[in-house]
Amino acid sequence: MRPETKMFSKAGLIAALAMPLASCNMVVMSPSGDIAAQQRDLIVVSTILMLLIVVPVIFLTLFFAWRYRQSNKDAKYDPEWHHSTRLEVVIWSAPLAIIIALGAITWISTHTLDPYRPLDRISAEQPLAADHKPMTVEVVALDWKWLFIYPELGIASVNELAAPVDTPIRFKITSASVMNSFYIPALAGQIYAMAGMETKLHAVINKPGEFEGFSANYSGAGFSHMRFKFHGLDQAGFDKWVADVKGSGQKLDRATYMQLEKPSIKEPVRHYATTDSSLYSAIVDMCVEPGKMCMSEMMAMDKGLICRIPEPTTAAREEKAIRPAT
Amino acid sequence: MTADSTSLLFGKLTLEAIPYHEPILVVTFIAVALGGLAVLGALTYFRLWGYLWKEWFTSIDHKKIGIMYIIFAIVMLLRGFADALMMRFQQAIAFNGNEGYFPPHHYDQIFTAHGVIMIFFVAMPFVTGLMNFVVPLQIGARDVSFPFLNNFSFWMTVAGGIIVMISLFVGEFAKTGWLAYPPLSDIAYSPDVGVDYYIWGLQIAGIGTLLSGVNLIATILKMRAPGMSMMKMPVFTWTAFCTNILIVAAFPVLTAVLAMLTLDRYVGTHFFTNTDGGSAMLYVNLIWIWGHPEVYILVLPVFGIFSEIVSTFSAKRLFGYTSMVYATCVITILSYIVWLHHFFTMGSGASVNSFFGITTMIISIPTGAKMFNWLFTMYHGRIKYEVPMLWTIGFMVTFVIGGMTGVLLAVPPADFVLHNSLFLIAHFHNVIIGGVVFGVFAGINFWFPKAFGFKLNAFWGKMSFWFWLIGFYFAFMPLYVLGLMGVTRRMSQFDDPSLQIWFIIAAFGAFLILLGIGSFIIQIAYSIWKREELRDETGDPWNGRTLEWSTSSPPPAYNFAFTPVVHEIDQWWFMKNNGYRRPLSGFIPIHMPKNTGTGVIIGALSVVFGFAMVWHIWWMAIASFVAIAVVTIRHTFNYNRDFYIPAEEVAAVEARRTQMLPAE
Amino acid sequence: MSANTMHNAKQGEELTFYMREEHHPEQSTMIGFWIYLMSDCLIFAILFATYAVLGHSYAGGPGPKELFDLKLVAINTAMLLFSSITYGFAMLEMEKGNKGLMISWMMVTFFFGACFLGIELYEFHHLIEEGADPGRSAFLSSFFTLVGTHGLHVTCGLIWMAVLMVQMNKYGINAANKRRMTTLSMFWHFLDVIWIGVFSFVYLMGVL
Repeated sequence: MRPETKMFSKAGLIAALAMPLASCNMVVMSPSGDIAAQQRDLIVVSTILMLLIVVPVIFLTLFFAWRYRQSNKDAKYDPEWHHSTRLEVVIWSAPLAIIIALGAITWISTHTLDPYRPLDRISAEQPLAADHKPMTVEVVALDWKWLFIYPELGIASVNELAAPVDTPIRFKITSASVMNSFYIPALAGQIYAMAGMETKLHAVINKPGEFEGFSANYSGAGFSHMRFKFHGLDQAGFDKWVADVKGSGQKLDRATYMQLEKPSIKEPVRHYATTDSSLYSAIVDMCVEPGKMCMSEMMAMDKGLICRIPEPTTAAREEKAIRPAT
Repeated sequence: MTADSTSLLFGKLTLEAIPYHEPILVVTFIAVALGGLAVLGALTYFRLWGYLWKEWFTSIDHKKIGIMYIIFAIVMLLRGFADALMMRFQQAIAFNGNEGYFPPHHYDQIFTAHGVIMIFFVAMPFVTGLMNFVVPLQIGARDVSFPFLNNFSFWMTVAGGIIVMISLFVGEFAKTGWLAYPPLSDIAYSPDVGVDYYIWGLQIAGIGTLLSGVNLIATILKMRAPGMSMMKMPVFTWTAFCTNILIVAAFPVLTAVLAMLTLDRYVGTHFFTNTDGGSAMLYVNLIWIWGHPEVYILVLPVFGIFSEIVSTFSAKRLFGYTSMVYATCVITILSYIVWLHHFFTMGSGASVNSFFGITTMIISIPTGAKMFNWLFTMYHGRIKYEVPMLWTIGFMVTFVIGGMTGVLLAVPPADFVLHNSLFLIAHFHNVIIGGVVFGVFAGINFWFPKAFGFKLNAFWGKMSFWFWLIGFYFAFMPLYVLGLMGVTRRMSQFDDPSLQIWFIIAAFGAFLILLGIGSFIIQIAYSIWKREELRDETGDPWNGRTLEWSTSSPPPAYNFAFTPVVHEIDQWWFMKNNGYRRPLSGFIPIHMPKNTGTGVIIGALSVVFGFAMVWHIWWMAIASFVAIAVVTIRHTFNYNRDFYIPAEEVAAVEARRTQMLPAE
Repeated sequence: MSANTMHNAKQGEELTFYMREEHHPEQSTMIGFWIYLMSDCLIFAILFATYAVLGHSYAGGPGPKELFDLKLVAINTAMLLFSSITYGFAMLEMEKGNKGLMISWMMVTFFFGACFLGIELYEFHHLIEEGADPGRSAFLSSFFTLVGTHGLHVTCGLIWMAVLMVQMNKYGINAANKRRMTTLSMFWHFLDVIWIGVFSFVYLMGVL
């Protein structure tokens, strides 16, 4: 081994890495939402904990590699030495201690940062007021664009999401076809979007700005462009944005949705002033298409809560009468 | 011909399936065809077909099968790495509206093929090949328990590889990612043949892998030399044992889950569909119940390789043999209860997520113990920096970084921000390249003289090592950074120009790795050329410790003229230090199995069967399936499967070795 | 350990490093086949697990109560259990060296096995005619796959048995054939055990 070569390569590596590092935006390490910030802190703490063991190991590896090289006749050589109970205890208990600490952190943080758990604070400095209602956004992953429905405002948008700062957001997420992952790194960690199912995410944006959002789970040909802008706006800005959306005059009904659902790539931003309030639950139920049996209905039948329709004729489907089990 | 009769004859296969309109593929095809023709021509010209058939293809000798596995893996490495280069190249240029060289249709096949090939047809055959070659020698056996099955397993693996390779030039490969998650891989979203190539390639290769696992477990349990208790087995054999238990206990899951995906695609069942009660989440769970043990299937044997190398080149007993064995067993068991960490983001409850997160972290304890064991093996040693040892040091430094990022990803809330990002890609390449690939190269450099009777050239070996090591850091450290910048995996185009510099650095790293692979090929070619200078006449070029080094290089077909009797963990070291004298007379006839062509024939028929199933050519599928059954049954009518190597022949072989060895 | 080494070194003369006579490792076939069976068992475990997950997703279609005919399945179970007993008789005759009787018992076993398969195919045919085909719902997909995989194993077992009968007839009860007979016996009883699982878990629990 030639140590100088190795050192040279390391130095070169660091130089090469440091150059662009100065100009880059590590959004995961400097997020703008409280949840993502807590996740960042977790990364930092866990890494430091692990470095406690990783750094000595790397150091010892290089040191022993150098110290006990064949040409160094000063170093002790003991070809039969292969056991030491004391050392064994140390090498099993040192990682164990780190993992106990890390395990405790994991257990606690996984529960506090559970995406299904409603927020209990706006940020580290700002508690959540009791009457501060979260804003609900229904998210639908389509091939290959994102549909956002704001049920409380009655509006919807495609490939553009906006939210007022310091207001808790409650995302309800589903997909119309394949699996995607809803991810805005500046805001909070990701969660999968799956058809016929709903996942949830609670988050808050603390700084105004324009952030990247995208699908983080490969979903087919248009995946690379399945991106949207997330606008963190102050209340006035958000109100203006809502007014803009309402001003578009477009209507999102089931027919429009069926059109929108068809696969497309690089879909432009769209605004809908009004939406069909039952649309989102129909998407989760996979029965937007007229005449299609809803999943919830199907499952109720399977559980014997409602009667089975012997031959699913169109007439029987349209009747959709919920009859008590006999 | 009418459309009906065409489809009866050719199924879904049409001329359009041949991608003559894609220049990149046409050029690749021409290059492969010319190269292939050159090889075939050379084989014919030098009249090597008969030799290859008799001495290699039909051979049931575990050493030759092991070598063939490794050659197959090297060939597939070139393909898998070509995919990697194309990805790095694409991602380095596809900025600012530049679509790069590959449209999504093509790019998505490349990353899927890269993953599938690297795991199933590079890493797997590499470790299987090494286990096949080394384990019987280490335990003092003449061969594996089921030598024919071994040959058959190899050809099934190759058949799977060939099916995947055919997809390059006929039709297309899957565009789903290497685990083919439904619903994307369902017929509704992937109606073309790509996923079918994936399914049949893996199913056929999977049969080979599974049977080879059964074979090696039986071998290790039943074929050990007298005196070798379980706790006197060499560490590599131990890790091979645990690995094969993992194979036997994990691959059936893959078989079952792929069979269900097949039914969804071919018969219209509803296992994983969005509709009619199917559950894609079930697939994700099942595939990872196989998939997580799979990574330990790859990494455990290389832990064994490093253990052998560290103690050999430190000229010292392995520190903490017992704790090494227990660590291996603990990892084996734990690897079954961590699978959910691959999808924390699927919305499981916090308790479930943290359970799987913590079990994952627990694996790092035995792994850490192993790391320390290697460290303290070096401590008070006399370390000789031959090429295998360089790979080992490179591994120890690199692998701990990968281990650290892995534990980081096991913290569910941290995973929420890092999952599916390039950070994840950097992590698993960090452990697979830094662990498995480094280990395989270490192992090849270590055991090559045993297999061929001459060492590999050290200069080109060192070149290969340094290019790989530095190339690895250049290629993957930027991906860690990009992951922290929130860049996700499997993208073919980017909007943000500030990312580009990182991708260019990564592409440069890939180029360095290309030089590393090139140096490795040169190393082999140059060593063959200079083989007389590199000749190992002793059979023990590294002052080895375990029984494989007691044989000649290469070992005779029967491995050991007399079955060894084992007293110590490092038996050969013990023999050398306790007045062992090689027996020179009293040889007896040796009972050996005969070669057979059945494995090759069934492998070839399996390729036909797989191809027919992919393209729905039902008559061909039925015909080849029946043919497989007939060949198999015919094979069972052959009762004359073994022979004796006469004592005179054994004596002659041993006498040749005596002449080679320096006088004692 | 070093003390031990010293001890060995002292009596270096007496140490043997190799066997002079031919070493006969134990037969690996049984353990090898056993390991294979365990891996096969795992395939069934996955199919059972899948059935457990999807077995109630009828997608608005028929469920087990409407579909399963317990009487038919009971007869079917009896066929397979009988075939296991008669296979046992064949094994006993093999041990005694009665080639003729052994083959006769194998034929009886084959007959019961074929009956089992016939009844199963009849059941499948009947279900599909009623519109309860594997594509109807996730429940039916997992049902057909689980039961069908077992049936496929029985088919393989029957082919194996037929081949072995020919081989026994032609080559007699030699060591290789004995080994094959024993492994087939393991396979056949294994399929019985799996079927008992299918019968109780799928049919009984589905109907009761």
